[in-house]
Amino acid sequence: MKLTCLSTTGGGGSYHSPASHLLELEGLRFLLDCPIDLTALADFSPVPLTGDAGGLIRAVPRYLSPAAAAAAKVGGIDAVLVSSATGVLGLPFLARLPGFAHTKIYVTEVAARTGKLMMGELVEMHREFVRYYGPDTGELPRWMEGEKLNELLSMLEKAVTVDKGDDLTSLMPLYSPGNIEECMQKIQPVKYGEEVCFNGIFTLKASSSGLELGNSVWTIKGPRASITYLPSSVFVSAHALDFDYSSLKENDVILFSDLSSLNDMDVDNDKLDEHAMDETEHSLCRRSVLRDDGADVDEKIAFLCNNDDIKEEIERISYICSCIIDAIKSGGSVLIPIGRLGVILLLLELISEMLHSSSIKVPIFMVSETAEEIIAFTNALPEWLCKSRQEKLFSGEALFDHVDLLKEGKLFLFPHLHSKDLIAAWKEPCIVLCPHWSLRLGPAVHLLRRWHADKRCLLVLEQGSDAELCLKPFMPLAIQVLECSFLSGLRTEKIDTLLGVLKPKFVMLPEGLKSRCSVKGRPWSFLYYSKGKTIELPNLQEDFEVHLGTDVAHRLQPRKLNETTAVARLRAKLHVSSGQYQLAAAEKQSDQSKRHLLHWDAVDPDRLLPALQEKGMVCSFAADDDSSGERSVLITSPGEALVKITSDRTVIYCDDERTSGHIFDALSRVCNGI
Amino acid sequence: MAIECLVLGAGQEVGKSCVVATIGGKRVMFDCGMHMGYHDRRHYPDFARALAAWGVPDFTSALACVVITHFHLDHIGALPYFTEVCGYHGPIYMTYPTKALAPFMLEDYRKVTMDQRGEAEQYSYEDILRCMKKVIPLDLKQTVQVDKDLVIRAYYAGHVLGAAMIYAKVGDAAMVYTGDYNMTPDRHLGAAQIDRLKLDLLITESTYAKTIRDSKHAREREFLKAVHKCVSGGGKVLIPTFALGRAQELCMLLDDYWERMNLKIPIYFSAGLTIQANMYYKMLIGWTSQKIKDSHAVHNPFDFKHVCHFERSFINNPGPCVLFATPGMISGGFSLEAFKKWAPSNKNLITLPGYCVAGTVGHKLMSGKPTRIDLDKDTHIDVRCQIHQLAFSPHTDSKGIMDLTEFLSPKHVILVHGEKPQMAFLKERIESELGIPCFYPANNESVSIPTTDNLKMSTTERFITSCAAEQGKQSLRKRNLIHGTGTSEVNGCDEAAVEGVILMEKHKAPKILCEDELAQVLGMERHLVQFEALGSSGIEEAVELEFKRAEAADLGSDGK
Repeated sequence: MKLTCLSTTGGGGSYHSPASHLLELEGLRFLLDCPIDLTALADFSPVPLTGDAGGLIRAVPRYLSPAAAAAAKVGGIDAVLVSSATGVLGLPFLARLPGFAHTKIYVTEVAARTGKLMMGELVEMHREFVRYYGPDTGELPRWMEGEKLNELLSMLEKAVTVDKGDDLTSLMPLYSPGNIEECMQKIQPVKYGEEVCFNGIFTLKASSSGLELGNSVWTIKGPRASITYLPSSVFVSAHALDFDYSSLKENDVILFSDLSSLNDMDVDNDKLDEHAMDETEHSLCRRSVLRDDGADVDEKIAFLCNNDDIKEEIERISYICSCIIDAIKSGGSVLIPIGRLGVILLLLELISEMLHSSSIKVPIFMVSETAEEIIAFTNALPEWLCKSRQEKLFSGEALFDHVDLLKEGKLFLFPHLHSKDLIAAWKEPCIVLCPHWSLRLGPAVHLLRRWHADKRCLLVLEQGSDAELCLKPFMPLAIQVLECSFLSGLRTEKIDTLLGVLKPKFVMLPEGLKSRCSVKGRPWSFLYYSKGKTIELPNLQEDFEVHLGTDVAHRLQPRKLNETTAVARLRAKLHVSSGQYQLAAAEKQSDQSKRHLLHWDAVDPDRLLPALQEKGMVCSFAADDDSSGERSVLITSPGEALVKITSDRTVIYCDDERTSGHIFDALSRVCNGI
Repeated sequence: MAIECLVLGAGQEVGKSCVVATIGGKRVMFDCGMHMGYHDRRHYPDFARALAAWGVPDFTSALACVVITHFHLDHIGALPYFTEVCGYHGPIYMTYPTKALAPFMLEDYRKVTMDQRGEAEQYSYEDILRCMKKVIPLDLKQTVQVDKDLVIRAYYAGHVLGAAMIYAKVGDAAMVYTGDYNMTPDRHLGAAQIDRLKLDLLITESTYAKTIRDSKHAREREFLKAVHKCVSGGGKVLIPTFALGRAQELCMLLDDYWERMNLKIPIYFSAGLTIQANMYYKMLIGWTSQKIKDSHAVHNPFDFKHVCHFERSFINNPGPCVLFATPGMISGGFSLEAFKKWAPSNKNLITLPGYCVAGTVGHKLMSGKPTRIDLDKDTHIDVRCQIHQLAFSPHTDSKGIMDLTEFLSPKHVILVHGEKPQMAFLKERIESELGIPCFYPANNESVSIPTTDNLKMSTTERFITSCAAEQGKQSLRKRNLIHGTGTSEVNGCDEAAVEGVILMEKHKAPKILCEDELAQVLGMERHLVQFEALGSSGIEEAVELEFKRAEAADLGSDGK
């Protein structure tokens, strides 16, 4: 088993850009997630250009080629397991590679669908640049030569997330709708809990990870090991089906790929230091920590599944809502370019509730190519939602409040800012949810231009990308900016407890978490991975398991070798299906099966003679040549033959098949063999 | 091991579907239905008798789980009774739509029977709610580990929204219980879909064991023609139907037709119930046909454009209209009320479902051409309206059953949910055409099916790779063969037999090895046995000499 970490996070935080890995198992290569890296996008000036772009590149943007592309070029990829919609976004870059021609992509139905919408929207928004500058001809643009590139390089370095090792000349044009279509055709959509068989010997299963609608944790069961691919997970969610950790119990290896805690490491680190200084403050910390290693499983689960995280999340979103209300009250409009489906859905519910309770009537607009479809299908996927929303189905209520908001005319959906009905419905102040969080693409650019100088207005930004760089083309700013972070994965303090419940043998952990997960006294061992490096785990078990049909077993003819050992020759057909090796009866049971094919130890010529005679053969020892240790038996009837016996070899010289057969049978009786 | 299959209901009949299969010691109850034709103790499966036979104190310890295939009453009607009255508290599984929609069906029927016959209440509305609360919802294809040994999985069955076929497996023993299914897609549902599974037993419905149906399209057109003719003549159309299933299918058909023909005549739904049911359908779009799933964001087909707001007094209004009213079969409720009003006019039209239980107005209308219906001794209705009988069925026909059986190729088949003579006919076909042993037990009979078992063994990587290499070679050769001849199909086994050695040592698990690995493991010296032509011995002359000498000796001895 070999693991190569291809990328950790490519800007926008672990939600928008999850880690990507290459896993090699039993000679097959699995790509785990393939996000798009949008770091470079920040260095391009949005269009239409107005005033000083602050030194940003004025051209059709190019995008960093995903690290997986290189891996696909070198060794090909047999299968891709995708854990989220964002993990699909980089795949169209690979669509035309020869090493990708026969690849199968496994992803949940919902993530595939959202992913497709997101890719389509990205291409559509990117087209605005093309309309402005003309098409990217594929030739090396002028800005990529010499001086400009160096500028970009230094700027990207400022954007912290890009490692120096990245080859900036690998910036490439965005994929086309055709590439997306090619990719979608390779996708095999799955449901949670559905077991799919890959290549006969692997069983793949997605379970909910709790982070987002359709996000999944993968179990890969091979013939000799079971592996959990664990991307960012949330135990209790306010919209998506809860993290189904129980389906991961006792898998041999966990690839821990939840890098969310790495991102807010600095914040957490500070806190940890504080705690180290003052132990008592620890207990005052609102976030509970399970410190007793002897806690039983129930306690552990209670700790893992407590509502703290989601309560905090709701509080956070409520806080955002109160800021929104303040802005509205002061007469300003609110721009929310947040790209997280779950947050959008919760925001819609909470804002409308708050607007209602403060009896404010302002329209909420969702301006996005995909708005209509997203809103329609989120109300039609009860199987993917958290338990409390499933209950809504069973009691006949709409799954999300947005259904009523639409009906009551409080929420409006438009594909573009220039949609003809938008003008008629438009009223300020208003609340607008629209893409894109990078502030380089989509309606957000135009609306921010409109409102950036109004200090009554509010911009709600997601933390994770470099806000200063993001806002550069909109300077000077008067608009209020609220930067917020959202629940993106497991809390570091829960990792150890989770591992205790899952009971793995090995855990592959990001190098960055090394100091934060205790090794002492744990029954599992850690292996640490870091970007661009390959780590290897020896086979957990040498042998394979096969299933032997009882009918085959009954036909075996065991031969006892001594008191404790017996052997039997097996002739069967090997079938491989659903991750199982099955030995089934071979259709033809030829007579030959009784013949020994393997012999060992010396043959005693003195016993061979009587055995031959018993078969009615006339035979005698030939003149002995004792010096060479070779003895010969001469057969004269019913056919002519000569048998030469040495310590490690018996040769039967005979032209007649029947006679040689008889001799062989006689020999088998005096010789150890099967 | 064996699968023991006890048929508690729908054995050689249609109604109260209920089968308990014991797979490797685990009892699973498939469906828990009621029989609408009976109002005595034959109404429910004979649970008590089964319990006595099992020799366990209660149902909860007897059964590993109950799985319900769909929301029709002959499949779920006895469930609240079983859980709330018989006291079964174990796990119950059904699909999301079934869990959402079943309470409607149960409550609707409970009300009708209470109003109609004044029967002693078998279970209350609260019982239904309590019962449904215990249900664990299933998604399609999701593999659910019921307990350590038992695994179940649901597959799409068509038939009605949320209908599922159930796969159950314990160890190596596996079976499928189909429930009701449809092998052809209809207006809002897809066709049944299942993986090619390795099965010891298939239990299939056989409602249409002998029938092969013609195209649905023609029957739909007939229905639309009848409705259109009636409304264009200023008549009213009454469509008595249950709240779920058929109502939505027919309404989609009409809504679509209204759109195409640009008709402005109102379509009404009598009860708020059906309107609410449409709301469920909208949330459960994922369980409808692919076509609807792909297009619902643009147009949700359950947003019926031509369905208008309705009030009960509207049945007295003049002018044409179409009214969907519950219950089906006109056994009471609002459909009866509308029938009383509209039946006397020859301009009007009543459509009847394919099947009506004896004793209902629907049944009376179906038998012959009555001109007068006597409801009770004081109420008589003159029937002058047209009557159109619907001929759609969401069940598979006999071709579909044969196709599914052939596709799955189980080792045994059991037929349920059909009529005895037709079942006998189908059994004959399955045994002669497919060579699969087939049974159709009556209620309370059981059938035991032997299953194949496997031994688990470990084997070396060498053995596996050498097998793979050998079989790889074979299949490569075969592929060439196919390419070479172009047309000939290669029959027989895919894989060549492979050889190995099983090593059995005391106190150790047996293990499969390659030949040469065995020699290594046992530390023995191999003794080679070779065959050579006599001529090639290289010592020809010496041999000749020897033979001659032997001959001479023989002669010599003969001489003696």
